[in-house]
Amino acid sequence: MTAVLEGRELCLARGSKQLFSGLSFGLAGGHALVLRGANGVGKTSLLRVLAGLTEADAGEVWVGAKRTQALSSSARSAILYFGHANALKDEFTAAENLADQLALDANPASAEQQADALTVVGLMERRHVITRRLSQGQKRRIGLARLHLSRGALHKPVWLLDEPTNALDSDGSALFVHIVEAHLAEGGVAVIATHLPMALTGKVDELHMRGLV
Amino acid sequence: MSAVPVNQPALSTPESGVWITLVRDTKLAIRSKGELAQALAFFIIVVSLFPLAIGPEAAILKRIAAGVVWVCALLAVMLTLPRLFQSDYLDGTLEQLALSPYPLPLLCAGKMLAHWLSTGVPLALVAPVLGLQFGLEASELLVMVAGLLLGTPVLTMLGAIGAALVLGVRGGSILMALLVLPLYTPVLIFGAGAVEASIAGIDAMANLSLLAAMLLFGLVTTPFAAATAVKISLD
Repeated sequence: MTAVLEGRELCLARGSKQLFSGLSFGLAGGHALVLRGANGVGKTSLLRVLAGLTEADAGEVWVGAKRTQALSSSARSAILYFGHANALKDEFTAAENLADQLALDANPASAEQQADALTVVGLMERRHVITRRLSQGQKRRIGLARLHLSRGALHKPVWLLDEPTNALDSDGSALFVHIVEAHLAEGGVAVIATHLPMALTGKVDELHMRGLV
Repeated sequence: MSAVPVNQPALSTPESGVWITLVRDTKLAIRSKGELAQALAFFIIVVSLFPLAIGPEAAILKRIAAGVVWVCALLAVMLTLPRLFQSDYLDGTLEQLALSPYPLPLLCAGKMLAHWLSTGVPLALVAPVLGLQFGLEASELLVMVAGLLLGTPVLTMLGAIGAALVLGVRGGSILMALLVLPLYTPVLIFGAGAVEASIAGIDAMANLSLLAAMLLFGLVTTPFAAATAVKISLD
């Protein structure tokens, strides 16, 4: 089985600190990798390397069984990066922010599909509220709506998620797990950095990062 | 209020990347009117201070008009440069722009265009009113507006590179001014030169053509430079 996402011998140092070295893994369709470890151990850095935002000191990232250059067009169309920051504009409404994010992803979801997604994440009644007035958890839910519309191997097969359940309540976390499981079931892969417990079932591996000196 | 089309369907051509950021940033500029007005107010007030400080000597005022208007336009544009990438950098949007399937240079070009529409165009439109305070005549005012319309997009494009490079740097705005102001001097020289030529009764076309050449050159090069600067800042 070929891997949808693969890291080969990845190395990254920040300042005098070696975050990881010789890190290799492969994720076939339907598999998820949960990154665990203390703050500052390099979970976000690893995600950024996989996304191509940060250049690794050594090593290769393979997407869809092809070696990809950082931020090459094939990598950009395969990868969805859901960062620590929400990438929302305070001045826009929830619905506008979702529409903008999807436009930027070149996601062809129709207006009805977007409305459905907002219903799924429980923001339908607040869709015309300016984002500034939404709570942290509700802002995170706009991101969940984006994930909901990017499921499966067809659209954005590779999900890189950084503390996705931060600020979400237990319903929100359950919803997140549900969306990721649907994504995996449709052949996608996910790398999830989190320090919160996550009830993800299926083909899930955990990577405990300890950091090197 | 929303004269700007919303929810334009995502076209599959790469060029629609320009459209996405253009619409988004223009909408943002309209929603935060305060920021839009600040640069314009700065421009109007500072230009108006000169006649008050120097006194009503028509000959002197006319002599300095072009220089004053152009220096003030340059500073006003520079004041607005941080907002080009800063908020996108802080809220994580810039990462999403870099990871978008649309080419980053085109997304940057859309942002530059939106920035010019919200700063350069208003400056060029109020400039004739301010020029009247300096006793400029209609033909000279026309040259001034033409020069500003050709020159301010160049200020935006060069400034975007500087603004992208200093993202996340402490004291970045001063550093950006030091980076960008030297690059602005050719625009200043030919922009003010066009008005000077017009006052002296010489054809201003030579200066305006040079500004247009800079604009065309900037259009094909600066989006790539800004995109590279954004990638460097994100690393």
